[in-house]
This record gives sequence, structure tokens and C-alpha cells, in this order.
Amino acid sequence: MEVPDQRVSAATFADLALPLFDQLYNFAHWLTQDRHEAEDLVQETYAKALRGFSGFQPGTNFRAWMFRILRNSFLTSRTGLKAMIPLEEDAHETIASNDPSPEIALVEQANRELVREALSEISIPFREILLLCDVEEMSYGEIAEVLAIPQGTVMSRLHRARKALRARLLAKAPGGVNAV
Amino acid sequence: MPCEVWRGKLDAYVDGELSLPESNALAGHLRGCVGCAAEALERVQLKRSVALAGKRYEPSTDFRSSIAKSLTQKSERRLGFFWKILVVPALLTLLFVVGLNFYLGRAKAERQHVYSELADLHVATLASTTPVDVVSTDRHTVKPWFEGKIPFTFNLPELQGTDFSLVGGRVTYLSQVSGAHLIYRIRKHEISVFIFPERNATSTSISGPVQERSFNFEDWTQNGLRYFVVGDVGPNDMERIGKLLRDAK
Repeated sequence: MEVPDQRVSAATFADLALPLFDQLYNFAHWLTQDRHEAEDLVQETYAKALRGFSGFQPGTNFRAWMFRILRNSFLTSRTGLKAMIPLEEDAHETIASNDPSPEIALVEQANRELVREALSEISIPFREILLLCDVEEMSYGEIAEVLAIPQGTVMSRLHRARKALRARLLAKAPGGVNAV
Repeated sequence: MPCEVWRGKLDAYVDGELSLPESNALAGHLRGCVGCAAEALERVQLKRSVALAGKRYEPSTDFRSSIAKSLTQKSERRLGFFWKILVVPALLTLLFVVGLNFYLGRAKAERQHVYSELADLHVATLASTTPVDVVSTDRHTVKPWFEGKIPFTFNLPELQGTDFSLVGGRVTYLSQVSGAHLIYRIRKHEISVFIFPERNATSTSISGPVQERSFNFEDWTQNGLRYFVVGDVGPNDMERIGKLLRDAK
């Protein structure tokens, strides 16, 4: 959602920010894993964004800006401080994977709940990048903006996140990994 | 290109982040490589599963209403603030400018009317066979002549040592108000000096010498009287006669 220069003055903050409410709440709930904390986080995000709206640079990505505020607010919250474990980024990560794939089994089982459980169990840095990429359908550029990391790191972290999710899914598949 | 390299691009491929040529090249490889195609399919399925599973939490109606209400109120407050700091002053300025223009326009029209009237009086008087009713170069003769004829008195300057001379005076009227019309001469040019009560003459002040139909005008207010000087002499002479009149005791 890019806001062209000439429309910034005319557009009210509410017009731009309210359509993002559901997405922000979903993302906040995934991060906090708690309804009340998610509500507080979204509320704090809107309050901060409204205060800083005059400083929002026209022509930049408003959605990425909002998600970044939410994520930064989460990082400084009590839950966020505990949950965010610094990741060791590995630029030379082997992209190819030889793990047995659980996806087909998942499709066959049509067990969405399993994916949800796996998502909630992986670390927050992995969870958030998967949510931004696959749920919010953000480009690597937008994700880099939200997470304040280079695009190359987005690619490698995304790969590691998917690998971690696969590992969780395999562990949850009936009969364990070997059964998949 | 070995499969390892192609598989390294699969994430970017399913995320739609490859350039068109790269994407086409990888698609071409997938059509011919069963292993990579299976890997690509698995990643697409995982991505779809995450997309579906990730859309999980919905805000409560109460929370949605609370945020929407809060934002709307804040926007309105901001709009109110915007009105206060920008729009209201802008409207006041506009009102002031319109008012000022109206006032200035009206003042200009009034001023033009006065100039026109005085220029007419000046020309008509000079064209008359009896331009003045009291003919005298002596201010002590002319000034007393007006007593009882106009509702005010005034001082006339001593002209000794100047190249101005008093021709005489007459009673005149401007907008149905009586006043004094004095005629001075300098180098064969006649200058009219009109004196009216201030409140009746015109509320418009003329700042500095102005021209109307090639006549020069000087105007000032002094001791409740409004003085107008009209003549075809240069601005210097107009200013000199003006100063003599202002300094008159």
C-alpha cells in the first residue's frame, strides 16, 4: 500500500490504517499467542502510528510501516523480549533439503490445525517471516523493510523457517518422521 | 545447471521473487526434472498450508469497534485541530482580505469622486469671469471675509519672500458641505486650496501627491480641517504651498 505524495495530505490516517486492522491483529496474535496481549499490541501500534503519521514518508509503503511499528512494539514488550532469541544468520545456508517432505501427507490429512500448531511452536523470528511472506504475501523487499534486515537475510531466514516448520510437521505426523 | 542450483532458487520461485527470465528458465527445468518438480510442488503446498493456517485470529467485534471509534475520534480531533490552526486563520485572513479590498475599493471610489469634484470646481472656478468673491492678496482681508459664511475658521500663510501670491477666495460646496476655496498663483499658474470640516469632507486619506486628469493633488488633515490642494504646477510647488499652509499661524 504505497501512499502517493499528493494523496497523503488528503488521506486521513484512519482511511489508511483501518483496512489493515484484521491483518495486524492476526499477526499480533501469532506473535503474542494471547488475545489480550494482541489487543494491547494492536492498540499500541495504532497509537504510535497515529502519533508518528506526520513523520511517515509519502511514497513509501504504509502497510510495511504499520507492520514494522507493530513488530517493534512487540520486541520491546515483555513477551517479545523473552521470546525473541537472536538468530545466527547463515548466508551460506544450504538451500537444498534432503529431508523427507511432509507436505503431501499434510494435504492428504487436510490437517490445518497441525500446521497451526507447528507454526506456533517454531521460534518467533521464523514464525513472523513465514506469516509476512505466506499470509500477508509481502514481497522480500517489504519483509526486509518490516524486519529491518537485508533482502539476502530475508531469503536465508525464510528458507530456514520453512525447514524448521517442515521438521515440526514431520514430528507431528502420525507415527513420527519415519511414517511420513 | 545442476539441480542443486535450481533448488536453491525454488523458494524465490514459489514466492514470485524471480525475474521473468529466471522464472522461465526454472519452469523449463521443472518440466524436465521430476525431482525438482516434486520439490517445487511440496514448497507450493507448504506455502499454501501456511497461508491457510496463518489466517487464524480474528479480532473481537468490541475491539474492532473500539479501535475504529478511537481512530475516528482522533481523526476528527485532528481535523478540528487542523481547522483551528490552518483553516480558521485562513478564513479569517480571506475575510480580512475581502473586507480590506472592499474597503479599499470603496475608499478608492470615494477618493476618485472627491478628486473629480475638486478638479471640476478648480476648472469651473478658473473658467468663471468672477473666480473669487473676495479679491485680495492680503490674508488678513481674505480670512475675515469667510466669517459667518462657513462654520469654521482657518489660518492662512504669510507669503512674503515666496513666489506664491494669494488671488482671493470664495465659498464652495463639496457633497452639500460648505467650505473655503482659496486661489493662489505662482508663475501664472493658479492653485486651488479647498478647506472643509474633516468629518464632512471625506474619510479617505490621500497619502502623498497624486494625479487626476493631469492635475496634482495634495491632501492633509489638520486641526479638524481637511485641506485639498489642486493645481497644474509640479509636485515641488504643490509641496511648498502645502507646507506654507500647514505652517500657517
